[in-house]
Amino acid sequence: MAAYQLAIAGLKVLVLEAGRSYDPVRETPMFKLPREAPLRGAGGREKPFGFYDATVDGGWEVPGEPYTNAPGTDFRWWRARMMGGRTNHWGRISLRMGEYDFKPKTRDGLGADWPLSYKDLAPYYDKTELLIGVYGGDDDLENTPRSSPGVLQPPPAPRAVEMLVKKHATPLGIPVIPAHLAIMTQRQNADRLPKLLHPGNALAQRVLRQSMQSRAACFYATPCGWGCSIKANFQSTTVLLPPALATGNVDIVPDAMVREVTVGKDGLATGVSYIDKRTRQDRRVKARVVVLAASAAETARILLNSKSSQNPNGVSNSSGLVGKYLMDTVGAGLGGQIPMLENLPPHNNDGASAMHVYMPWWQYKEQLGGKLDFARGYHVEFGGGRGMPGNGSFNFLENLTQGAYGKSYKEAARRYYGSFVWFDGRGEMIPNEDSFCEIDPEVVDQWGIPVLRFHWKWSDHELKQAVHMQKTFAEVITAMGGKPGSEPQTDGNKAIAKGGQIIHEVGTCRMGDDARTSVLNQYCQSWDVKNLFVTDGAPFVSNADKNPTLSILALAWRTTDYLLEQMRKKEIG
Amino acid sequence: MSDEQHEAAPEAAPEGVKRRDALKAMAAAASLPILGSIAAPEADAQAKPAAPTAPPVQLRRGGPRGDAWDPDLINPKKDWPRKLTAAEMTTLAALADVIIPADGKSPSASAVGAHLYINEHVSAPGEGNARDLVRVRGGVSWLNLESQRRFSKGFVGLTMAQKTAICDDICYVPKAKIEFKAGARFFSLVRNLTATAFYTTDQGMKDVGYVGNMALPKWDPPPPAVLKALGLD
Repeated sequence: MAAYQLAIAGLKVLVLEAGRSYDPVRETPMFKLPREAPLRGAGGREKPFGFYDATVDGGWEVPGEPYTNAPGTDFRWWRARMMGGRTNHWGRISLRMGEYDFKPKTRDGLGADWPLSYKDLAPYYDKTELLIGVYGGDDDLENTPRSSPGVLQPPPAPRAVEMLVKKHATPLGIPVIPAHLAIMTQRQNADRLPKLLHPGNALAQRVLRQSMQSRAACFYATPCGWGCSIKANFQSTTVLLPPALATGNVDIVPDAMVREVTVGKDGLATGVSYIDKRTRQDRRVKARVVVLAASAAETARILLNSKSSQNPNGVSNSSGLVGKYLMDTVGAGLGGQIPMLENLPPHNNDGASAMHVYMPWWQYKEQLGGKLDFARGYHVEFGGGRGMPGNGSFNFLENLTQGAYGKSYKEAARRYYGSFVWFDGRGEMIPNEDSFCEIDPEVVDQWGIPVLRFHWKWSDHELKQAVHMQKTFAEVITAMGGKPGSEPQTDGNKAIAKGGQIIHEVGTCRMGDDARTSVLNQYCQSWDVKNLFVTDGAPFVSNADKNPTLSILALAWRTTDYLLEQMRKKEIG
Repeated sequence: MSDEQHEAAPEAAPEGVKRRDALKAMAAAASLPILGSIAAPEADAQAKPAAPTAPPVQLRRGGPRGDAWDPDLINPKKDWPRKLTAAEMTTLAALADVIIPADGKSPSASAVGAHLYINEHVSAPGEGNARDLVRVRGGVSWLNLESQRRFSKGFVGLTMAQKTAICDDICYVPKAKIEFKAGARFFSLVRNLTATAFYTTDQGMKDVGYVGNMALPKWDPPPPAVLKALGLD
């Protein structure tokens, strides 16, 4: 986002990408079937989300680039060493943070407030949604803001399973409303939107119009997580980088692993040094302004590794808070078998690959009234039904039928296929002192760069929230006449996913009003180094249940507006 | 043995080819306006004359390296050497057909190459695959021994009733007698591999009634018959 915004403003931008070049238009395995893949598309160490997942050169491990965990910690760090990084395979769930989410401490006394409020970011949410293309409804629920009229694209009709869940969840008081996803259900208006988004900027209008004209609407087939060669969903490689490059103002150097931010005697950033992975040579580039968007943890790593006698704790770290307040999302899931879904007439359940509806958090008042034993909420992502059979899709039959084989096995497969639902809670984690990353004192990666060591601890708020998720899901499954696949967990430590597993790593360079208690100001500008900015998840002060990508993009746009204004005023650059 | 050739035969390609052609056509349609807009004069009054866009060279460079961490997803390779012998494959094909026999709706597992997939799986690099190779290989030996012991013939030569007599003893680990636990774990693995192989073929997907993986001009609500069955009408 930052590269796009700066390039259309006429600045020369150099993008350093730690992974390889990647072109989803040519490389996405659209319409491929499991049987065409090795091992019918099974996942493995090298491709944890399945063979066709868009992530290459990454996953829970990256060869030659380890990270470590402190004793007692089992944090998982997902990385994607490729152009566009994690935007190539993400879930596309694009929920806005609401008013409460920016001022959590004011509301319940926990965590910390953001130095900006919802109304500061709302215009950027609108613009970001128009730019990337997001479908969704116009529901206006508590702390679940709607977009301005005309911003979102129409949501696709719910699938049968989604309608059934809604029917049975509603009497339990759980709302089921259209989800917001960065997937286009119609083509963008390439004449109107560029003028609306970039008034008076002919260059921006030209490149954006071309980009929007090249994007097709979703055709409701082939998984988003594999990438999208027709550019119907948002990946930075199909939506932001092509128009940025089309300005002629951007150079991208792939296979460039940034080691540190270099700083001059005046304390300002002079550029960065990086390893050219192809030649293993150290290189330095100079810049008037440095923008880090390496992912929250990797950005912290770069800053902490930028050590010198001038900055013994790393760059931009006078507060000592770089790496601190690392957060992920609380995750817990439960599935169930629903007899009513057995033997349904065959019908297409693919849809926009991701969910069409979801459950926003519904108990804000009960929570504030002290009726729940955890402080923050969660939303529910769910699905099920007649998906494409893949590797292991019928392994459930063995237990369900107590060992059927032969003709009865085939009959059972027909009966039970598509009769399952799953629910995944995604909840807010409150930042704590015990969850952070730092530089490991001994271990380096294959480029000689010291690696991160993670420390992780959930608080009772997260553990109890995960138990509440399990209980809720079991209730909905039971209300549907079904049976949970396992007993709902009552032990939070068993219910909750591991830190990092939900891949919503944020924090580590939090923003704030005070240079002593934050790393960045509300424009993601370093307090210490005023020509240094951060535009990934690192500036997050809290981690609401809303999936972070949309907020990262909106914040990045707001940051670049401020950056450009500072350059015009000659304050920086 | 030339597994890949065998494997290609039962899984005819035409449908896939058609899909790819359709995709190409759609991609071409989507890209047409770009060319048009480069040629067209810029409508905005403040615009400079439209210059042809610099090709995004950096995005085009690269491409998959071709190893396990960066495989070619469009042209996948699964050509690692197969490890099972012809005799083992014959036994596995027979067992797969006991698990998924032909019926009025679809062919048997071996007819769509399930045993070839089992060989692909147990021969693959990876610790789990190596473990499964031992279990499958050991299980095949045991199965033939047990067949000899009970009926004085290898498993392949047994009647369906004889095969079923053995499989009934090993078809569910929790209920298997102690002397059949190992055999039951082998059967469990082969059943799951057979099901994966069978239900990922066109015939298997058709058998359970999977409908999808096709480009649609718009997304419609579920059909009335489905809504009726769910009480949603």
